[in-house]
Amino acid sequence: MTTLLEIEDVSLLYGRIKALHGISLTVDEGEIVALIGANGAGKSTTMRAISGIRPVASGRIRFNGEDITRLRADLRVRRGLCQAPEGRGIFPGMTVLENLDMGAYTRRDRAGVARDLARVLELFPRLAERRKQVGGTLSGGEQQMLAVGRALMSQPKLLLLDEPSMGLAPMLIQQIFSIITEINEQGTTILLVEQNAQQALARAHRAYVLETGRIVKEGTGAELLHDPSVKEAYLGVA
Amino acid sequence: MTSVREWFDSGRHAVSERWHNGPRWMRWALIAAVIVFFYALPNREFYQWLGPIPTTGSNFGHVLFTVSIYVLLAVGLNIVVGFAGLLDLGYFGFFAVGAYTVAVFTSPSSDLKTLWPWMLALPLAIALTMLSGVMLGTPTLRLRGDYLAIVTLGFAEMIRVAATSSEFLKGQRGFNQIPHPPGSYPDGKPIFGVLDPRPYYWLVLTLIILVVIGVQNLNRSRVGRAWIAIREDEDAAQLMGVPTFKFKLWAFASGAAIGGLAGALFAGKQNFVSSQNLELLNSIIILAAVILGGSGNIVGAIVGGGLVAYLIERFRGIEFFGIELYEYRFMLFGLVLVVMMIFRPQGLVANRRRAAEFKDRRKEVIVGG
Repeated sequence: MTTLLEIEDVSLLYGRIKALHGISLTVDEGEIVALIGANGAGKSTTMRAISGIRPVASGRIRFNGEDITRLRADLRVRRGLCQAPEGRGIFPGMTVLENLDMGAYTRRDRAGVARDLARVLELFPRLAERRKQVGGTLSGGEQQMLAVGRALMSQPKLLLLDEPSMGLAPMLIQQIFSIITEINEQGTTILLVEQNAQQALARAHRAYVLETGRIVKEGTGAELLHDPSVKEAYLGVA
Repeated sequence: MTSVREWFDSGRHAVSERWHNGPRWMRWALIAAVIVFFYALPNREFYQWLGPIPTTGSNFGHVLFTVSIYVLLAVGLNIVVGFAGLLDLGYFGFFAVGAYTVAVFTSPSSDLKTLWPWMLALPLAIALTMLSGVMLGTPTLRLRGDYLAIVTLGFAEMIRVAATSSEFLKGQRGFNQIPHPPGSYPDGKPIFGVLDPRPYYWLVLTLIILVVIGVQNLNRSRVGRAWIAIREDEDAAQLMGVPTFKFKLWAFASGAAIGGLAGALFAGKQNFVSSQNLELLNSIIILAAVILGGSGNIVGAIVGGGLVAYLIERFRGIEFFGIELYEYRFMLFGLVLVVMMIFRPQGLVANRRRAAEFKDRRKEVIVGG
């Protein structure tokens, strides 16, 4: 398998506070990789470093064989790296369709965009029902689906999902994770940040555990799911 | 109060429904009628017939010129504040750059002694304001939050101080004999003279129409979509591949250019420019006009700019229980703005988008606090 994303010793600062202390991780083509950890461990910060919203202090990020460490965020999208932002990252004043359309902002192939729109609406029938509704009036779950669907519209090679299950009812969590698996099976590589370690590890091929800005453990999803210290810290079982 | 609001909203919805669902020709006919009305307005035969409400004690053609300049400024600032969501507190600074460029290159009191005609200085004025917009925007638009507001505030003040104290810019003495725009009637009299303010008003009105058409086209293009995305969620816009810095700079520069155009027109009519024309308050008035009318909406900006500028003039000479209203005009505007922010934060003429954004923000406040 070829490596799609490679992060080498990346550190990131918020002012004087070091949020990431030399993180290294890789994502291979076709994988679902999960990044789990407690609040403030640096999961979302890692995502921001990868998508380019925050500049890194040191280290290297390679994507698809190219060094993108200093590349602007919007140009990373054109390279095939798209993030569905955490929580309320949708455009509140735009309708569902306009939001999805924004996802395809970098694309010029109309036929392809129309095809992907049909695919997204098929993946999320709920969005099809609400297509004319403005984003701000959607429920939390619908907004989350919209964020994922919108990111898919950019035709990403690597989809970054930041807490896709945050604030959702248990049934919806189940649903969104099966959609994530489906997206992956259709050929999109996924890097996923989650607090819901149980679901994330069950779905992921591989996973990393983050603690206070450092990677403390890595392994396959199944390995970590049965790892005693992970169980104790993140899965709520002693 | 809610019921009043509901009543107001339902009425507005009915109007907007009829507007959007009515036949095309009806829309165009209405727009044409409004335009004809405003072209006819400065003629005494026409406005006399409208009764005592529209006229002010002073020269009505002159008042209309002032109002039209404010409308042009509001349309320009609306691009920056309304479309791209950038808080510009020193927009009047661009007006000053435009007016002073014309003054420096055309006036005989200028040290340059170039004595250009107005028409030659106009494109230069627009180009220089655009350049000043780019220079101001390049370092600040990379930053988030309130930096831009502070820097723009400083910019307008800087221009004022420079105009007041620099020998080159002549301070309060100012520049006189700035030439008028070109053109003459068949009988040889110049169209743009000293006595009749109406041609200036018609010129600005025509330019407003052209600018609005241009802005509307821009707003409906990919550029407009990018602006809305930036305004609604800058991070998300960037994550969708929008080069946010570039588009913010574009909004800032085009807004500046329109401000410069307004300044050049003002200089061409007034034929005198001095540091007394530059008050910080003007930036605030234009911003208030955009917010009052409904920022993010061109019609809103026009209504806001027109209303605010007209009312300021209208207050002149009116006494209310022995109080000269004109003296308290800014307090009254402050009050109106506070009331608006409470009951109708999206402005008088809002678009559905803006309304949804405000609702969303309220939700956020409730969730956060």
